[in-house]
Amino acid sequence: MSVDPSGAPDSGRLRRLAPWLWTGGSLLLLLVLNSAVGPVTIPPGTVVRLLLDRLGLAAGPVDAPGTFSTILFDIRFPHTALMAMAGLALGASGAAYQGLFRNPLADPYILGVAAGAGLGAITAMTIHWPSTVLGMATVPAAAFVGAIATVGVVYRIARVGRSAPVTTLLLAGVAVGTFTSAITSLILLLSTSELRRAISWLLGGFSLGGWQPVLASLPYLLVGIGTLVALRRPINVLQFGDEEALQLGLDVERFKLFIVAAASLVAATAVAFTGIIAFVGLIVPHLVRILWGYDYRRLIPLAALGGGAVLLAADIAARTVLAPRDLPVGIITSVIGAPFFLWLLRRAKNEVFW
Amino acid sequence: MSAALVFEEVGVAYPGRAVLQGVSLVIEPGQVMAIVGPNGVGKSTLIKVASGTLRPVHGRVLVDGQDVADLEPSERARRLAVVPQATRVPPAFTAEQVVLMGRTPYLGWLDREGPEDRARAAEAMQRTHTADLAGRPMGELSGGEQQRVLVARALAQSAGVLLLDEPTAHLDLRHQDETLRLVRNLAGEAGLAVVIALHDLNLVARFADRVALLSDGGVKKLGVPQEVLTPELLAAAYGLEIHVMSHPIHGTPLVLAG
Repeated sequence: MSVDPSGAPDSGRLRRLAPWLWTGGSLLLLLVLNSAVGPVTIPPGTVVRLLLDRLGLAAGPVDAPGTFSTILFDIRFPHTALMAMAGLALGASGAAYQGLFRNPLADPYILGVAAGAGLGAITAMTIHWPSTVLGMATVPAAAFVGAIATVGVVYRIARVGRSAPVTTLLLAGVAVGTFTSAITSLILLLSTSELRRAISWLLGGFSLGGWQPVLASLPYLLVGIGTLVALRRPINVLQFGDEEALQLGLDVERFKLFIVAAASLVAATAVAFTGIIAFVGLIVPHLVRILWGYDYRRLIPLAALGGGAVLLAADIAARTVLAPRDLPVGIITSVIGAPFFLWLLRRAKNEVFW
Repeated sequence: MSAALVFEEVGVAYPGRAVLQGVSLVIEPGQVMAIVGPNGVGKSTLIKVASGTLRPVHGRVLVDGQDVADLEPSERARRLAVVPQATRVPPAFTAEQVVLMGRTPYLGWLDREGPEDRARAAEAMQRTHTADLAGRPMGELSGGEQQRVLVARALAQSAGVLLLDEPTAHLDLRHQDETLRLVRNLAGEAGLAVVIALHDLNLVARFADRVALLSDGGVKKLGVPQEVLTPELLAAAYGLEIHVMSHPIHGTPLVLAG
């Protein structure tokens, strides 16, 4: 019995590799381009050569101004890395939520992750703002606590007996998320300090700067994305519905809890370190599904790679359209993402959404 | 031969009302037991209890002598396989992917399917005549083909008990016949104990070894089709005048309403 009966062996192999080449290739390309763009444009070739030189892989000395190296390694690379990681996180967690809830509208925000993280972060900002090193550590931590706490509340409300049905979960997510956002707005209105910076964090693309946030978020993202990628096969089984998955021998409730925890950890980390960036977690898994199918064994890692690429592209736009002003990247993803999402809905109206 | 599946005084209640009370049935390996009765009498409920997705309030269901409620989901799925109605199949999975998911109870969360799993899936597809559908997405298959793939998935579970809930509900005559003939043959060849909830009494008459007629929350009559499918019993259960004739070719009961 052949595994992939489509086409000749060679073309079948190419077809299986193509999604990985596309998403992985785009991500690499955009990593370079994202680092190249800014107030001072650094040619992409120079970016690559300086990076190879630093890694000890360059063929010869690099002919570039010394400031380029400083700009790249102290400012651009940490920013690019953080954006790429946030994109990977949003793509992977979006695909996981959609698979978990068998609902194409589920995304990292449906469980109140963003709203909870926002409340946590704004609370920390109003208490500690403006803050120094201590503040840089407390804001993401508070966002993370807020996100996990909100997911916990939503899950408890949605529980009916031993399980949490999809509809109640989505409704509880919307209700709790709205409530939490209202509290956040209230705190913002009552606070007098640094409103602008807090709002820019809420709009997404807020960057703490330097390598510290990259290193701080890395372990969370490695554990979370690693878990999602490792558990991607049983997510396919969930697509038959909770009852059938249970009859197929999957311990459904325990499995769902693992996926919710891992996806929420990943999404909360992204929100905590880069602010609220909408639509990436929703759109990218959709695109991957349209292009390369529904198999979650591929969908989750491909959505992660695609999410990284898309967010880096949006970030380039955010830093160039009104240059020298930087826009919050969340505005770009929303302005492009919302109409794109409506187009997807129209396009898929006659297909079976799964 | 020891019984494969035993219902012991099973009682089920949904909030506010009892659905089933004191249901006791014994299904032997190689035997096809049909569950019949009017709508809402609890046929599907009985299948759910047997598959462990619904806990009975009273009594228990034993598979190979063990209470299904005490078994881990994976342990249960190795002994009992359920064939659902082919109405909500994810359309994008290929037939082969679906059949391979029958190996779920043998795989840890982190495992991938191995050669043993592929062999079992291939064997199940051979026996259900679905091997040539392997690479086709489920959404492109006919209702009968989808149903056969779901039977293959259940076979891939290598379980001794097969539970089917209205497997022919959305199928045309030929596919109804095809599906039940397949199940009948599997019970005979592989010694599977089969429990099948079925509306169509004429199919029951042709393919079941034994019939349990459910009415008013309990088993009204249990026996071979000729014993259970009688005008008196059916009229009482369904509240409708019913005639039973002899099938001109098979000689089995032929049930006509009105």
